[in-house]
Amino acid sequence: MTTPLPIVDARGVHKHFGALHVLKGVDLTVAERELVFVIGPSGSGKSTLLRCLNRLEEPSSGSIVVDGIDMLDPRTDINHARQRIGMVFQSFNLYPHMTALGNVTLALRKVAGKSRAEAERLGLAALERVGLADRAGHTPGQLSGGQQQRVAIARSIALEPRVMLFDEPTSALDPELVGSVLEVMRALRESGMTMVVVSHEMGFARNAADRVVFMDDGLIVEQGPPAAIFESPAQERTRAFIGQIQRH
Amino acid sequence: MIETFFNIDIIVAAWPIVMAGLLNTVLLSLIVVPLGLLGGLMLALLAGIRHPLVRWPLMAWVDFFRAFPPLVLLILLFAGLPFAGLELGGFACVAIAFFLNTGAYYGEIFRAGIDSIPAGQVEAARSTGLSRLQAMGYIVLPQAVRNVLPDLLSNTLEVVKLTSLGSVVAVPELLYQARQAQSLTYNPTPIVVAALIYFLLLWPLVRLLSRLENRALAGRH
Ligand SMILES: Nc1ncnc2c1ncn2[C@@H]1O[C@H](COP(=O)(O)OP(=O)(O)OP(=O)(O)O)[C@@H](O)[C@H]1O
Ligand SMILES: [Mg+2]
Repeated sequence: MTTPLPIVDARGVHKHFGALHVLKGVDLTVAERELVFVIGPSGSGKSTLLRCLNRLEEPSSGSIVVDGIDMLDPRTDINHARQRIGMVFQSFNLYPHMTALGNVTLALRKVAGKSRAEAERLGLAALERVGLADRAGHTPGQLSGGQQQRVAIARSIALEPRVMLFDEPTSALDPELVGSVLEVMRALRESGMTMVVVSHEMGFARNAADRVVFMDDGLIVEQGPPAAIFESPAQERTRAFIGQIQRH
Repeated sequence: MIETFFNIDIIVAAWPIVMAGLLNTVLLSLIVVPLGLLGGLMLALLAGIRHPLVRWPLMAWVDFFRAFPPLVLLILLFAGLPFAGLELGGFACVAIAFFLNTGAYYGEIFRAGIDSIPAGQVEAARSTGLSRLQAMGYIVLPQAVRNVLPDLLSNTLEVVKLTSLGSVVAVPELLYQARQAQSLTYNPTPIVVAALIYFLLLWPLVRLLSRLENRALAGRH
């Protein structure tokens, strides 16, 4: 039996910001339909790693292949490749001058080349999946934080990506709004989406993650099933970090 | 008093001369404002390129034309270019000098507008596959222009006023024509008429500006 190609295959990824060495040779593979949950202290390089995967950040060295596309090959059409990699940001980053539907359809029309009618049909379907079809005509300013983040998720899934990257999707939300976003993420996972999630929502990690990756100081220190990482981490640094967040 | 400053007979006599001046003022504005807007937009877009070979010349360009008094620039072009074998005439010199001056101002305004849009929006757009230029065109510029609309309008007002300096190099714009009429009639009425025309021309813009500024203030609360 041949093992299927991983959706994300990052090897030996280094990233320098000037003199600052932020990623120090990270290897990360994510299989199809897998949910990988990334934890680690502030400044350990979690966001930088995610941003290297879709080349929002240019890695200093290493290789990154997503869905068979060599992301660092200069001949790769990066804008085409990015359609396959959804990204959700801590601060939503919606376009405030457009409606929810406008946010979702922009790339469908301008990147995927759909007609306006087709884009609106797909956009509405995406909003439906995050439970916001009835808010299609609202602008971001008229939506709660949780609703904004769900529109941001719809903006990504409308393009039918092969993998979704989440960078602390609930960190900017009031506690009572976190649940609605996690629910959408859980439904997305159940539909078979491959996901890489940086987050502090340990409850979500326990329930939904296939694998937890602990990063510290630009390196993956330890990874494994949630239970193993949370209950019996092998590394002292992991234990210290888990102990710290569980005290909160 | 009224006989001196608002003499009906003289208004009638001077009318064609003054109207010819108004036409040139409008024409100059219609050339300098769009060109300045376009040039300013180009400067602002170039400012997004951080490469030192773009950045330093660009900064020098903008600083130079903002610091240089537009009247001095105009006279320099008008008096200097013929020595370089270029006879452009007063009208072209006015257009070029004020385009260079106001383009630099419009450029700084556009740049401030572009800088006011959070970078995260562009990153989100890029993550969905939009190119740098598409993100600029669909996400950044529409919001940026909205944010700096009062400043753009205010600068436009200044440009229209600036065109009266064309009289110094004998461009027959509104002020120059009014002075011609004044010296023909030995009466200040044509100047008063020109002043009124400037006011009527610019007053709607000033009103609009006030409304935009009030709206911007209200929007901040
Ligand atoms: N554009 C940048 N320029 C310079 N330094 C940067 C840049 N982006 C990130 N860094 C630095 O890289 C290091 C890793 O940052 P990163 O955002 O990847 O950490 P993180 O693990 O996501 O942290 P957090 O949990 O606080 O989000 C930090 O020291 C940060 O200051
Ligand atoms: Mg981060």
